[in-house]
Amino acid sequence: MTALNTAPNIADVDDFYAALIGAHEGLSDAESARLNARLVLILANHIGDRRVLDQAIAAAARPGAGQ
Amino acid sequence: MLQDRYSLAFRLYPYRRSPDQDAPLPVRHPVVVMGGGPIGVATALDLGLQGIPVVVLDDHEGIGMGSRAICFAKRSLEIADRYGCAEPMLAKGVVWNLGKVFHQDRKVYEFNLLPEAGHRFPAFINLQQPYFEKFIVDRVRAVQEQGAPIELRGKNRVDAVTVKDDHVVLEIMTPDGPYRLEADWLIGCDGAGSPLRGMLGLGFEGRVFRDSFLIADIRMTADFPTERWFWFEPSHGSGASTLLHRQPDDTWRVDFQIGWDVDRKEEMKEENIRRRLDAFLGPERPYEIVWSSIYTFQCRRMQKFRNGRVIFAGDAAHQVSPFGARGANSGLQDVDNLGWKLGLVIRGVAPERLLDSYDEERIHGADENILNSTRATDFITPKSTISHVFRNAVLDLAEHYAFARPMVNSGRLSVPCTYDTMSLNGPDALPGGPARSRVGSPCPDAPVGEGFLLRRLGTGFAILTIDAEAPDLIDEDGIVARRVAVSADADPSGALAARYLGSAGSAVYLIRPDQHVAARWDRYDETALRAALRRACARD
Repeated sequence: MTALNTAPNIADVDDFYAALIGAHEGLSDAESARLNARLVLILANHIGDRRVLDQAIAAAARPGAGQ
Repeated sequence: MLQDRYSLAFRLYPYRRSPDQDAPLPVRHPVVVMGGGPIGVATALDLGLQGIPVVVLDDHEGIGMGSRAICFAKRSLEIADRYGCAEPMLAKGVVWNLGKVFHQDRKVYEFNLLPEAGHRFPAFINLQQPYFEKFIVDRVRAVQEQGAPIELRGKNRVDAVTVKDDHVVLEIMTPDGPYRLEADWLIGCDGAGSPLRGMLGLGFEGRVFRDSFLIADIRMTADFPTERWFWFEPSHGSGASTLLHRQPDDTWRVDFQIGWDVDRKEEMKEENIRRRLDAFLGPERPYEIVWSSIYTFQCRRMQKFRNGRVIFAGDAAHQVSPFGARGANSGLQDVDNLGWKLGLVIRGVAPERLLDSYDEERIHGADENILNSTRATDFITPKSTISHVFRNAVLDLAEHYAFARPMVNSGRLSVPCTYDTMSLNGPDALPGGPARSRVGSPCPDAPVGEGFLLRRLGTGFAILTIDAEAPDLIDEDGIVARRVAVSADADPSGALAARYLGSAGSAVYLIRPDQHVAARWDRYDETALRAALRRACARD
């Protein structure tokens, strides 16, 4: 079974984080929420593996669950 | 007429009348430095050690009160060591390696600077800026005794500057009235508020962050470990974030993020500072407030650091937010970069355009520092609701998941700049050579016999040979490079080989006076070395 990867996995994470926050620049809170929803769906589709997605949902809903 | 704007920690260069003030015509000096802070005095030390006469002008008579910069990075100590003043800094400073990050009082993350073995200096020391400055001035006094042509003139305020094609004219005010000086080169080290920048009408563009921070240096006997502690949204409520960091003399830096719309005068009252500190430390702990200040963040720089015969360095040229310790540390890298270049140009062995590479390399450095410190500041003081939501999500996740920990950004600590793909760089022709010592990088230190490599490199161009042959000295029309021969066997720990050879069996490095790699090969080739030496001095 494929396990959710919770180890650091993004090269130059500061640059990614800045791009993520930058994508929200100038948006209202509601627009930001919609952007985040679309982003989650796009990423989920990319992952595809339902077992990984279920672990990710559980981890996000309950930090500590993946420890 | 010459009112002090701040009180002094050390009165080190009291006003003395100079014969220049009685000269019938303005006296011309090769170099005048405006500003007697750490960057200005280090510039004078660099040039003076090369035998180049330099006059430092400051409108005060010594070093200002207040700890201000407290974190000095290894690279700064290595530069100071080249100037001969690192040992007292190391002896006085506090060495720390562990940083802890808390969110609402829960520890979410800790980092260890994990000092690599085989370096003369630690990753960081904490030392109040006045001490750092005093050790540089002490060194100036010692080399003056040995004949280094350095002058520090206190209570000499530059009121006007006229820039000519090949020199600068300065109008100076002193307690004895005005006088005039001329300088072939004027170096502006007069700080973030740089009056010189204003006199020349030069801009200082960038971002101002809408938040303010209250610093309090307190003296107390506490058994807190020597670690950097950073709280996001601490429950004591004294600030949206709080930093606690140890300094020498039982002194601790406390830094509260207090928001943009604050009444500065009100906040600076001792009872109000104490209220925040008591909430943070608990009511039982006695302490004495040594110094306090409120500051706001700005990240900006000049468009060009060199403007003809006027060259800017340190905060006058670029300013960053303090998270990451990239202010004074980057200023010292400016000095390190400028000193040898200006020396060669003044001695007439390198063309003036060598100084354009100071602009190229140090603007690259400034942009890197501004980028890092802007990102840290955006993380610490999120500027929108969604940015705040993401920040706190990172902190929540970091407590439980390793992936989120590198995203926590309470300041990316200063590392020296690598001058990749810059104009002075020569060939990188060492197959299998390590990336960390590639062309453009600052030389990593390594053990050599009983000592360390960087000290062996000296202060001019060096031809570092590792298990390779080369002549003892190459003189390329006045530019001299001296061989430093070592063997990988001189370091049984293997660090020297790992840092300079990689999988190569031998190596020849051409190293600049600021100890950055100019070129490297697997063996000595005279034509190639001479070409790289000319290129490193902008002679081609």
